[in-house]
Amino acid sequence: MTDPTPTASPPLLAVRGLSKAFLGVQALDGVDFTVRHGEIHALLGENGAGKSTLIKTLTGVYQRDAGTVALEGRPIAPRGVEEAQRLHIGTVYQEVNLLPNLSVAENLFLGRQPMRFGMRFGLVDRGAMRRRARAVLIPYGLSLDVTAPLGRFSVATQQIVAIARAVDMSAKVLILDEPTASLDAQEVAVLFKVMRTLRSRGIGIVFVTHFLDQVYALCDRITVLRNGRLVGERRTVELPRLDLVAMMLGRELEAAAHRIAPPDDEREEDARPPLVRFRGYGKARSVEPFDLDIRPGEVVGLAGLLGSGRTETARLVFGMDRADRGEAMVDGQAVRLRGPRDAIRLGFGFCPEDRKKEGIVGALSVRENIILALQARQGWLRPIPRRRQEEIADRFIRLLDIRTPHAEQPIQLLSGGNQQKALLARWLATEPRLLILDEPTRGIDVGAHAEIIRLIERLCADGMALLVVSSELEEIVAYSRRVVVLRDRRHVAELRGGEVAVDRIVAAIASESVPVEPRP
Amino acid sequence: MTRSAPGPSRNLPQYGALAAVLLANWLLFPDFFSIRLQDGRLFGSLIDVLNRGAPVALLAIGMTMVIATRGVDLSVGAVMAISGAVAATLTQAGWGLAPVLAAALGAGLLCGLWNGLLVAVLRIQPIVATLILMVAGRGIAQLVTEGQIVTFTSPGLAFIGSGSFLTVPMPVVITAVLLGVTALLVRTTALGLMIEAVGVNRLSSAGAGVNTPVVLVAVYVWCGLCAAVAGLVVAADIRGADANNAGLWLELDAILAVVVGGTSLLGGRFGLLLSVVGALTIQAMNTGILLSGFKPEFNLIVKAGVLMVVLLLQSPTLTLFLPRPGPRPVRPPTPPRGKPESPSPSAGA
Amino acid sequence: MIHRFLPLLVTTAVLVVGFLLCAAQFPNFASLRVVGNLLTDNAFLGITAVGMTFVILSGGIDLSVGAVIGFTTVLLAVLIEQGGWHPLSAFAVALAVAGGFGAAMGAVIHVFQMPPFIVTLAGMFVARGLGFVLSTDSIPINHPLYAELGDLALRFDGGGKLTLPALLMLGVVAAAVVCAHWTRFGANLYALGGNRQSAELMGVPVGRTTVAVYALSGLLAGLAGIVFSLYTGAGYSLAATGVELDTITAVVIGGTQLTGGYGYVIGTFIGVLIQGLIQTYITFDGSLSSWWTKIAIGVLLFVFILLQKGLLAVWTGRGGTPAEA
Repeated sequence: MTDPTPTASPPLLAVRGLSKAFLGVQALDGVDFTVRHGEIHALLGENGAGKSTLIKTLTGVYQRDAGTVALEGRPIAPRGVEEAQRLHIGTVYQEVNLLPNLSVAENLFLGRQPMRFGMRFGLVDRGAMRRRARAVLIPYGLSLDVTAPLGRFSVATQQIVAIARAVDMSAKVLILDEPTASLDAQEVAVLFKVMRTLRSRGIGIVFVTHFLDQVYALCDRITVLRNGRLVGERRTVELPRLDLVAMMLGRELEAAAHRIAPPDDEREEDARPPLVRFRGYGKARSVEPFDLDIRPGEVVGLAGLLGSGRTETARLVFGMDRADRGEAMVDGQAVRLRGPRDAIRLGFGFCPEDRKKEGIVGALSVRENIILALQARQGWLRPIPRRRQEEIADRFIRLLDIRTPHAEQPIQLLSGGNQQKALLARWLATEPRLLILDEPTRGIDVGAHAEIIRLIERLCADGMALLVVSSELEEIVAYSRRVVVLRDRRHVAELRGGEVAVDRIVAAIASESVPVEPRP
Repeated sequence: MTRSAPGPSRNLPQYGALAAVLLANWLLFPDFFSIRLQDGRLFGSLIDVLNRGAPVALLAIGMTMVIATRGVDLSVGAVMAISGAVAATLTQAGWGLAPVLAAALGAGLLCGLWNGLLVAVLRIQPIVATLILMVAGRGIAQLVTEGQIVTFTSPGLAFIGSGSFLTVPMPVVITAVLLGVTALLVRTTALGLMIEAVGVNRLSSAGAGVNTPVVLVAVYVWCGLCAAVAGLVVAADIRGADANNAGLWLELDAILAVVVGGTSLLGGRFGLLLSVVGALTIQAMNTGILLSGFKPEFNLIVKAGVLMVVLLLQSPTLTLFLPRPGPRPVRPPTPPRGKPESPSPSAGA
Repeated sequence: MIHRFLPLLVTTAVLVVGFLLCAAQFPNFASLRVVGNLLTDNAFLGITAVGMTFVILSGGIDLSVGAVIGFTTVLLAVLIEQGGWHPLSAFAVALAVAGGFGAAMGAVIHVFQMPPFIVTLAGMFVARGLGFVLSTDSIPINHPLYAELGDLALRFDGGGKLTLPALLMLGVVAAAVVCAHWTRFGANLYALGGNRQSAELMGVPVGRTTVAVYALSGLLAGLAGIVFSLYTGAGYSLAATGVELDTITAVVIGGTQLTGGYGYVIGTFIGVLIQGLIQTYITFDGSLSSWWTKIAIGVLLFVFILLQKGLLAVWTGRGGTPAEA
């Protein structure tokens, strides 16, 4: 395609000093990013790092506030995905952005179908479209019925079709946003083959992923973003995993925090019967089978990078997603978790990661949100009297210091931290035995953050069992008695007692992909 | 009612609209508000509005809760026809009043159960699910009446349509009673809360342990019951059942009443009384147009106009430009995060 | 590969088996005359259903079509009988008005992001209301051209004939099949119904397509109104009540997903014929009552919705729904 000598010509894509703010929040702050011809470039970063914003600014979904973007030395400023595509920047999203109801051929050529009898008022030449579709897919090793609806094929095939469409529309830069998130190992291998082929054709590929193994298997270079800023660009071969994880998490490992609370006597703790016990519990394409025990009065942390299977583990424990293997026991009795109602009956509570979509009931009041789970457990025939509702709501508003003008305020008008506290109150009102918290401090201001952590410690002291997912490693280390570390949808390590420390967690995350057997 | 329904100040538009229409009617006809007692029953334009508005008001009561769960029930007109047909046919066959009523209401409950199961268990979208009964229901009603317009003379059943209780026409009494019973049922139990919770956010509600399928089935069953009552009232009023025309297009009027009453088609907060007010507003407009000597033909256009205005006020595009009354958010909204960065484990829902 | 066309195959099988059963029971059923009448009697329904198919494929719905048919017949009657217009110019005006009406609804739906169900419900009220305002009576149309057009037909041996309405319907269906599968507009419709957001990302002009599809539906309803007035020789504002329901039913029985994105125009055509067949059978039988039509159609509707539900789960390869209480 283009001359692949990087020294002579300007880089394929050069982003300089890119900034973008939303309502005063700086999502991107003076970021530089360079993609060269014929390389696979990993774009990495944790939540809020600015990856999505960077991609959306490149593809014209957002307009930048400051900075320059140049393609082969020519400044560009696309105002939409279509225009970006015309400027040779193609994008493939994790949730394939093609149309499952259209045929493969139509997906490849939508909007640019080969025509007969004139471009404007002519007819689509379906024969030519089929032939060209087959031809386009040959380099990808795909030989399939191009007239079949795309939705009938595996996600991997759909991804490749999406890539083929983008490349065929003359992409020079191909952005792949978490294309492997829902693929199995075999499908990933196929996709990687395609990516390597494209690299050899001189295309620059931006690869966003959460799987470190994939980064090291495939990528030439790595750019790490954190909190909207560039942390650095490295060649993959020169960057040890441990350093990469440290770059992403943003800490100097020497200064890594150790646990605040001294470890209790492990043997005594382990002698107590677990409240819940999972054996070989798992769900295909979500999280590999795992063993997990949680004892009363114990906080178990789930640590790992985004997409490592920590949220999926939490959801399986609460029955939000149904496990397809393994067994669950509560108090030594085998139980079935077919849905949240089963879990709630067993005394579980769950604050989900996506508060807005799965947690709060936005238009209802703080009071109604707080009593909802308790009321649901009691059934509709035994309504909680209004006064009792108010008592419960007021008690928790005071106890958790929920900042709201009054209990009747619609919960959607509260800040994130206060919504989170109201959700905690919802479960505390049911006096749960096991509380599962998925990112309880995400998007919460510092003050509320500390309060929630104190609350977790207090609940634990009261004998409640907690399972906490968090990307804040210091936080997890501070309150967890045990930490389960996940990587690539697998429980790879379980740290306990004195082992619970940030550097140990980071090391476990960065370890090569030799699965560590969970302890019995 | 007001505690969970939108606050009184938010309800002002609904009451205001009814008041304005009534006022306009009064300006056109100074006699509009005059009520006289004759043969132990009240008469007058206002009573007429209440009486004629009763069937749609009855439908609106059930429809309100269905819409609050983000659904819609297109079959209520057909269910009216079925219940009327059952009542008239059985009465003609010599059944007593009590079993006739039980059979007619039972038919309505069954229809509601059918709709509810399709929506809650088979997860068919409500418009499609209730379309089935909308099409087949009228056929079933005709099957019951064997295609005839079945008339009856039983004074017991006719009393429901044209009798009066303490000088108030029975349809009005029945509407008030059903409104009261429904309000009691949803507001003294936790059902109302759960209906609203499911309508606002089905996923969150299920996650909090709300038995969403049961709530959904319950609202469709109750909607079927309300439709059956409306069918009884209409059949009793004309002393017969016309399976072809009973309740024809009334489902649309009922939806309109609910929307005019301020319950959002997107589910959530609902006001039963407000929907009845909506139904009465529509009826008062009809009556006004009739009285003012305009051709009744204009009714539909006026209805469409009202519907469009109410909807435009709810439209997301327009609300961007209009300042919203009510409390301001405590904090500015969070910046758009774009695509959530975490892989969704339950993709394909 | 089979089950891509499965809904269509099932629909076709229902029609063929139904026709054979009818023919077995009534010897003179399988005649060109019966088939010709079937086409003529259902011509306006078929034309309307084509427009409805397009709207539903794009993920919308149009409840106003019956009212637009009624309005068109009155408009024609008023223009021709009271205004003294030539029928052909009246036709042109009627088509323009009906198409413009649909375009206006499409614009409201797109610009204000309002649910099509409600917007077209309001449209239904408006169209019926306008019809009533023009005239509440049934106005016979006596223009000589109407008689000529009424006699126009392709005749076959044995008394069978294809009347102008039947020919128009067949023409519309053929044109619609071409439009759906051999034009970019057709591909855009399917894209819109599949996923609006993805379609937009892939460069489909969402606004233009939305307006165009409702305009097309209005236009075809207007054409159906012309056909209906030819068929009945009158204009009546209450004409074609409930046709929206019949057409939606035909679309669903024809194998189109009511949620949009999947389906075939030809299936709708067969769906219309199935409805017509049931009616014809009941007429032939004589002893069977007309209400069985509705019940039978309701049952078919239920079966087809279940079939689609099952197929969609298989298609998307994700039978599992998230756990819910």
